[in-house]
Amino acid sequence: MKSLMRISILAAAFAVAAIPSGAQDAKTILIENATIITVTHGNIEHASLLIRDGKIAAIGTDLKAPDGATVIDATGQFVMPGIIDCHSHIAIDGGVNEGGTSVSSMARIPDVLNPDDLDIYRDLAGGTTVANVLHGSANSIGGQTVVIKLRWGKPASELPFEGAMPGIKFALGENPKESNFSPPAGVSRRYPGTRLGVEETIRQAFIEAREYKKTWDDYNQRKAAGEQNLIPPRRDVQLDPLVEVLEGKRYVHAHCYRADEIVMLIRVAKEFGFKVRTFQHVLEGYKIADEIVASGAGGSTFSDWWAYKMEAYDAIPYNAALMTERGVVVSVNSDDAEEARHLNQEAAKSMKYGGLSANDAIKLVTLNPAIQLGIDNRVGSLDVGKDADIAIFNHDPLSVYAVVQKTLIDGQIYFDRQTDISGRAALEKEKQDLLDKEKKAADDQKKSDEKDKDKDKKPDQKKKPPKSGDSMEAGTVGGAL
Amino acid sequence: MKNELRRAWLCAIPIVLLLVALAAWAHSARGEGGEPPYFAITNARIVPVSGPVIESGTVVIAKGLIQAVGASVTIPPEAWVIDGKGLTVYPGLIDTQTTIGLEQEGGDEAAPRAGGGRGRRSAPLSGEIIRDPEDRPSSTPWRIAADEIKTDDKRIESWRNAGFTTVLSAPEGGILPGQGSVIDLAGNRPGDYVVKSAATLQISLRPGGFFGFPDSLMGVIAYIRQVFDDVSWYQQADPIYQANMTKSARLRYDRTEQVVAAALQEKEIVLLPANNSVQILRGLRLADEWKIRAALYGGQEGYKVAAAIAAAKTPVLISLKWPERPKDADPDIPPSLRELRFRDLAPSTPAVFAKAGVKFAFYSDGLSGPKDIFKNLKKALDAGLAPDVALRALTLDAAGILGVGDRLGTIEPGKIANLVVADGDIFNDKTKVKHVFVDGHWFEVHEEASHDKPGDKKPMQSVDSVHAKTAGVSR
Repeated sequence: MKSLMRISILAAAFAVAAIPSGAQDAKTILIENATIITVTHGNIEHASLLIRDGKIAAIGTDLKAPDGATVIDATGQFVMPGIIDCHSHIAIDGGVNEGGTSVSSMARIPDVLNPDDLDIYRDLAGGTTVANVLHGSANSIGGQTVVIKLRWGKPASELPFEGAMPGIKFALGENPKESNFSPPAGVSRRYPGTRLGVEETIRQAFIEAREYKKTWDDYNQRKAAGEQNLIPPRRDVQLDPLVEVLEGKRYVHAHCYRADEIVMLIRVAKEFGFKVRTFQHVLEGYKIADEIVASGAGGSTFSDWWAYKMEAYDAIPYNAALMTERGVVVSVNSDDAEEARHLNQEAAKSMKYGGLSANDAIKLVTLNPAIQLGIDNRVGSLDVGKDADIAIFNHDPLSVYAVVQKTLIDGQIYFDRQTDISGRAALEKEKQDLLDKEKKAADDQKKSDEKDKDKDKKPDQKKKPPKSGDSMEAGTVGGAL
Repeated sequence: MKNELRRAWLCAIPIVLLLVALAAWAHSARGEGGEPPYFAITNARIVPVSGPVIESGTVVIAKGLIQAVGASVTIPPEAWVIDGKGLTVYPGLIDTQTTIGLEQEGGDEAAPRAGGGRGRRSAPLSGEIIRDPEDRPSSTPWRIAADEIKTDDKRIESWRNAGFTTVLSAPEGGILPGQGSVIDLAGNRPGDYVVKSAATLQISLRPGGFFGFPDSLMGVIAYIRQVFDDVSWYQQADPIYQANMTKSARLRYDRTEQVVAAALQEKEIVLLPANNSVQILRGLRLADEWKIRAALYGGQEGYKVAAAIAAAKTPVLISLKWPERPKDADPDIPPSLRELRFRDLAPSTPAVFAKAGVKFAFYSDGLSGPKDIFKNLKKALDAGLAPDVALRALTLDAAGILGVGDRLGTIEPGKIANLVVADGDIFNDKTKVKHVFVDGHWFEVHEEASHDKPGDKKPMQSVDSVHAKTAGVSR
């Protein structure tokens, strides 16, 4: 996680308390007459994009709206792939970190997805359609992660990106070794407290995972061989996901800053035979871009953010561009619900710092994070057959003047700026009505309470001492005999 | 005339003998703090819940059970008769989740262990996988409310006087705080109270804090997942071990595993907290994953997801502590529209559930007393809940969910004699509860002192008239 410093910026850009939820259902949509940023094959001007059954059906300059199609006039506007945020902590209930252990691999973000989190809607309003929702960075090995589509209004079970590889968060450096905060009085500092300890914690966990896997493999083998009366090993919810990492069934997304710790993790991963899928933040990645490329990992970084703690002092805004030049698949992420509303601008910064081309800049928040998350066959560019996850901007998204007009996921409109604006008055009215209703009920209650009080005060009432209601003790029944 | 007299005499002999015997018995029973075991409430409006209302009928109670109910039933001669004219008899009401009779702090054992578990290991441990009972902080599933009942809890009388004859009392504290017990609100000794000792396996999803594992919701869920995994492992492994003791290494003793395994074996209902719609859907999913017979408690935003709950056939205990504007709310910070909607619509949940076919009951959830319970029930009725459905939720459905539907919840022969006798509709705030029976024990309910008018007839007077009537039978 980034530091707390930016949280203040989260101030109410959207003051409205609740937002119309749910997608507008339409099977066939034609977005007309826009500049289409395909990412994979350039920009096409005055072009249209046809959506059918949630997929991109055609892109071209001579498309006609089929019968019954909904037409979106995007004259003068820019259509780009939905933005993919490779590092997000939105939509999580009950804590982003399971901080009680240095290996919290048993904790699963999918268990605690909160589809009612307003940040989903706010990020949609910034053109973001996919988020890699990660456990926090409190632990050397953090919790299990999940890639979601920002299907605002749908239940938690419909948020995960179907078929996307599950992940797990690792974290190196100051956060897992708890450099920047002290535990409360009476609680001892936990292990690890150094970078060496972080490495050891990861190695230890994988030694255990390897043993655990071996135990299961032996059991399965003996069982397959027909051996009877075998007591199965226990399942271990902490080690299961690490075995999946060893088996290549779960991506590792490693929070990191410094070059030395990045190289360390590359070595540890090699020792245990797994690959780190992405180095997250990777602020000193520019120093060891070649090593990262050689390891097969991608890098997901900030645009221009540094010096908020010791390990961030060597960060430079050229990082994304420099790593890109050396062949690293680079994305720019938000790590922050507010920043996820303008990742297009974050991407554009790499044009100023490092001179990336416009298309390479756009890739930082579309195709590249899609590759890093293993979902580039489905999203990340505007190509026929891919999911119709689309952001429509009024200007070039790399311009600071660009504002999202509509955001679509699976060919359904999940955010529409005009609908939002025109709906606000009704929501304000509903809110006021409910406040009035509540106030009236409270006033009525007060009045009736006062009436009760007056009744109690009547002078001619004698007070009897309360009797025990327990006839078993009082024996009154027998008395009547 | 003469014959008749003679016949009367002949009849009277055994009756006189009986009366003598009865007097002797009553005397000795009184000496033990006892009371007659037979009662009849006559001429009353009877709402059995299990069937149609009887506009004027009799309920006979014998030795703690309901013996007979109907428009015309034979009253055993030894029964004390209460004239129920103008009164309505209901099954005793059930509050499905309370801490009544329990120390509210929870026992020492429930205190979360700071820094416990493998999370805060002080040094790396070599090679082995660290798993032992210390891995289960905040778990005391072996605590059973029935073992901790304190009969001096003032709520016992206060709930009972309002017509609640039965509650689920459940331990609190920790993730697996223990097992809830169905208790009747009367008895001389704690053991007299207990209808079903191990009725519910309680789960709380609140992290313990204290910088130990688990300190987050996802950690708590993972923790419970491990417990259920271990339990099912134990269920699989133990029989193999028992049959092969000379060939297998012995299994480590784990109290949590054994207790939870036994609870699941007994088909004990597992109570999972879930109040808002997200939590409810999550609860349904977890119950499905863990293959447990669950009931959700909370349920207040259930109006949003009633169809899903109905499809899962999962019962819900609805908290009657409806969301309200906090008393100390800052007037300058208006609540969100979402919060306002929730406060407005929460009381409609029971009505929505009834329509959707969700089985539900109510619980007081820490409300200070029956007055608030009925005030909040009224809100549910105002939001569309039919009174007969509300009554069913408070009686038969509550009993059914808690696994005591065969013994409680209706006025039928053979059921435990838990009854409320009121001078009108139980949901009318003017109605007064006059008598309460718990396990066939009769309690007269005194009107609240402040509302008593001078010269009010004393409750015992009705029993005097009963006496006269009994004598009339003997003539």
